[in-house]
Amino acid sequence: MIHKTSPEVGGMGHPIKRKEDLRFIQGRGNYVDDISLPHMVYGQLVRSPYAHARIKSIDTAKAKAVPGVLAIVTGEDLAKAKLAWMPTLSGDQQMVLATGKVLFQAQEVAFVIAEDRYAAADAAELVEVEYEELPVLVDPKKSLDPGAPVLRDDREQKNNHIFHWEVGDKPGTESLFKSAPVKAKVDAFFQRCHPAPLETCGCIADFNSATGRLTMYMTSQAPHVHRTLFALVGGIPENNIRVVSPDIGGGFGNKVPIYPGYVCAIVGSLTLGRPVKWIETRSENLMSTGFARDYHMTAEIAADKDGKMKALRVKTLADHGAFNAAAQPTKFPAGLFSICTGSYDLQNAFCEVDGVYTNKAPGGIAYRCSFRVTEAAYLIERAVDVLAQELKMDPVELRRKNLIAPSKFPYKSPLGWTYDSGDYETNLNKALQIAGYAALRKEQEEKRKKGELMGIGISTFVEIVGAGPAHSFDIAGIKMFDSAEIRIHPTGKAICRMGTKSQGQGHETTYAQIVAQELGIPAADVTVEEGDTDTAPYGLGTYASRSTPTSGAATAIAARKIREKAKKIAAYLLEASEADLEWEPGKFFVKGSPTKAKTIQEIAFAAYTNIPPGLEAGLEAVDYYDPPNLTFPFGTYICVVDIDKGTGQTKVRRFIAVDDCGNIINPMIVEGQIHGGLTEGMAIAFMQQIDYDESGNVQGGTFMDYLLPTAVETPNWETDKTTTPSPHHPFGAKGVGESPNVGSPAAFVNAVVDALSHLGVKHIDMPIAPWKVWNILKEKGITS
Amino acid sequence: MARKQQVKITINGRASEALVEPRTLLVHFIRESAGLTGTHVGCDTTNCGACTVILNGKTVKSCTMFAVQANGAEIMTVEGLMKDGQLHPLQEGFKQEHGLQCGFCTPGMLMSSLALLQKNPHPTEADIRWGISGNLCRCTGYQNIVKAVQYAAGKLNAAAQGGSK
Repeated sequence: MIHKTSPEVGGMGHPIKRKEDLRFIQGRGNYVDDISLPHMVYGQLVRSPYAHARIKSIDTAKAKAVPGVLAIVTGEDLAKAKLAWMPTLSGDQQMVLATGKVLFQAQEVAFVIAEDRYAAADAAELVEVEYEELPVLVDPKKSLDPGAPVLRDDREQKNNHIFHWEVGDKPGTESLFKSAPVKAKVDAFFQRCHPAPLETCGCIADFNSATGRLTMYMTSQAPHVHRTLFALVGGIPENNIRVVSPDIGGGFGNKVPIYPGYVCAIVGSLTLGRPVKWIETRSENLMSTGFARDYHMTAEIAADKDGKMKALRVKTLADHGAFNAAAQPTKFPAGLFSICTGSYDLQNAFCEVDGVYTNKAPGGIAYRCSFRVTEAAYLIERAVDVLAQELKMDPVELRRKNLIAPSKFPYKSPLGWTYDSGDYETNLNKALQIAGYAALRKEQEEKRKKGELMGIGISTFVEIVGAGPAHSFDIAGIKMFDSAEIRIHPTGKAICRMGTKSQGQGHETTYAQIVAQELGIPAADVTVEEGDTDTAPYGLGTYASRSTPTSGAATAIAARKIREKAKKIAAYLLEASEADLEWEPGKFFVKGSPTKAKTIQEIAFAAYTNIPPGLEAGLEAVDYYDPPNLTFPFGTYICVVDIDKGTGQTKVRRFIAVDDCGNIINPMIVEGQIHGGLTEGMAIAFMQQIDYDESGNVQGGTFMDYLLPTAVETPNWETDKTTTPSPHHPFGAKGVGESPNVGSPAAFVNAVVDALSHLGVKHIDMPIAPWKVWNILKEKGITS
Repeated sequence: MARKQQVKITINGRASEALVEPRTLLVHFIRESAGLTGTHVGCDTTNCGACTVILNGKTVKSCTMFAVQANGAEIMTVEGLMKDGQLHPLQEGFKQEHGLQCGFCTPGMLMSSLALLQKNPHPTEADIRWGISGNLCRCTGYQNIVKAVQYAAGKLNAAAQGGSK
């Protein structure tokens, strides 16, 4: 039960306006490219035009002759300093600048530094690299063929296999499949996507040779981890590295990895003793930095004739590109993909994933998703619809039959997760009621008679977010806790710092609301600061919907520690015993005499001016929070589409999103995140793919090819919620930012397939562009 | 390298002068010569609109124009919206209606919205959606941006009516 604070205090549940907005609406945000340092110079990467080629020679003479050019760094130069390769976040290594050969188009080959960005770009054009083309491998299904070219000659293992990972009970699952009367199967490819935040990646590396200190301003979702990795790899003492992550123009997972450009800028600054700025162009961002998905998946469900699902079998081929640069917790090479049993109560399951190399950009990052959860949610929600089609059963009825009942929580899934809490059917019912599901089905039936194409897609997804716990989760060895430090000033105002880093999520507001809730200090009086490793406590950063589950929890716990000390001070001030004091947000009062009270502001002042004997001065606390479990947000999404028979164009008529993310800090911000995530989900379902031709040329390297929806294509989203608090989180929250991106692709695709199901269509791979639908309609004789 | 040229552009009522290469993009002039970093660069292909400014009364994407082409022009950027310490109704609308998250597209969105309302003070929802369709946002899904523009239109129209009485 959350004590409701006044709107002036603005604790949990208040839709208070965002504190960070004031600077952004005035154009006074501070993004990395806005920072300009004295004597700053600019770096530009030379990139490979080939997907696979041996480097025969690099001639920098002409480039060096460009006025303003200061230095050109190649892989051979880096090799001398043992920096030609760097570790990835997945236990692999990646070339910083290519030595020997290049492995994907747009791979980093040399780094030019010049007085201004135009000169740097000119010179980069003039770096002459002689390549000898090698056979290109773009199809991951051919990666393991005996005759396939071995891409990574730096590895002892002389094939393109990265990992095999499996989880579940294989014989148990097989035996259920043998005896099951009904089986459904879907081959679903989740295409290669890119998070494409509107701000690309970039940095300024500023090495001060007088102090020996490196200050790194960078687009980092995980500044502390990046500092540690720079120290470990670069050999600079960690106390001499300060990473500052300023305002970030969207991250969505793209700004979790360390990219070669960052390392080159550091090398450049170390070499020249001047600050080196490196900012990607959009094409560089799309072509070389962390992509997402690229999972070739097969799911099979075994079920009874009445639709009771028994078992799930999943086999997946994961295309990781040239280097395994996925940002994954160490023990989970396929992330949390084993959430693929979804919201359904199955007896058994087995899931296996094989990762392979291809001549494509490296990555496999968690794009608005808690490590491969989007792939998993899409797969199971798609497979359930295929089963419904097989059984000629309504997809809602089939889901209802199989959803995990509220009485079963905490629910142990057959693939090993313990779901914290859920009430899936209540959530489903609410969505159906808002949608007017029965009426929609009737409308569809009538439209079909008239030859019109209308579809209704359902997704009853569940997520798994908020990593740790530390016993299972680490990134590059660093345990996945997170932190908060709160200091209360003498006048009762506060500053808080966290190990996370907002990229638009509104942390400056929501963390302040947690403090407001726990201490009764108005959110307006609480400054939240993140992203400076010199001042913030250590943390793992913001991705995987982990900020509220981890740093949010740490904030509440730190505030409660402060409250404990505040109670001692209040007892002293009120001349009462601690046992006689009661708390309500903002003050301690003596039980039974509410006028005998001390406000948190009075207590804060006393902490510096009238310190009780035997007590330390000050009022502050820090907490490093290790969550006991992950949290499991869920929801029901219903999508209604109309398809134009003449063009194959799909129009999203309605989209109903009923989310359950537990207790909500700021409903306005939650709704905003859902709007944004659904829009990204729609883009993935209908518009986006980073594709490659057979020579390994990127087909989606600009915003002219890699489409982002505008306001015109984007519908109005209908949002609502149910509330099932997490039982283990200090204030019952679960995290929400990624749910709409995780849960929605299946709803869109299910809707399109539903519109065409009477024609025998069972599956269409994303992105469902009009031509794909048009081809189907043509094949079925619906359009000419 | 072509000979540098002297360029003078009035931005938000203040003249900015610099000697620039003919190929210097207007957005780089605004950000680096004039030091106004509210105008952003989000793509290389004139798709995203983060660099939108108002030039002689019309919106332009300042990444797709050379500074020399704007010589002598009057430009308004996001930094010119606030008057006498008061937020413009559009700025207020974006805050009130939660029309921004990461804030990177916001300056360009504000400029396109302003140009829209100057041309069409009573836009329908469809007018607003088309009016900002040259500006991409990755965070909001546009729904609250539409509301923000509606908020500003309402406020500006109320002020205009009040003023004519």
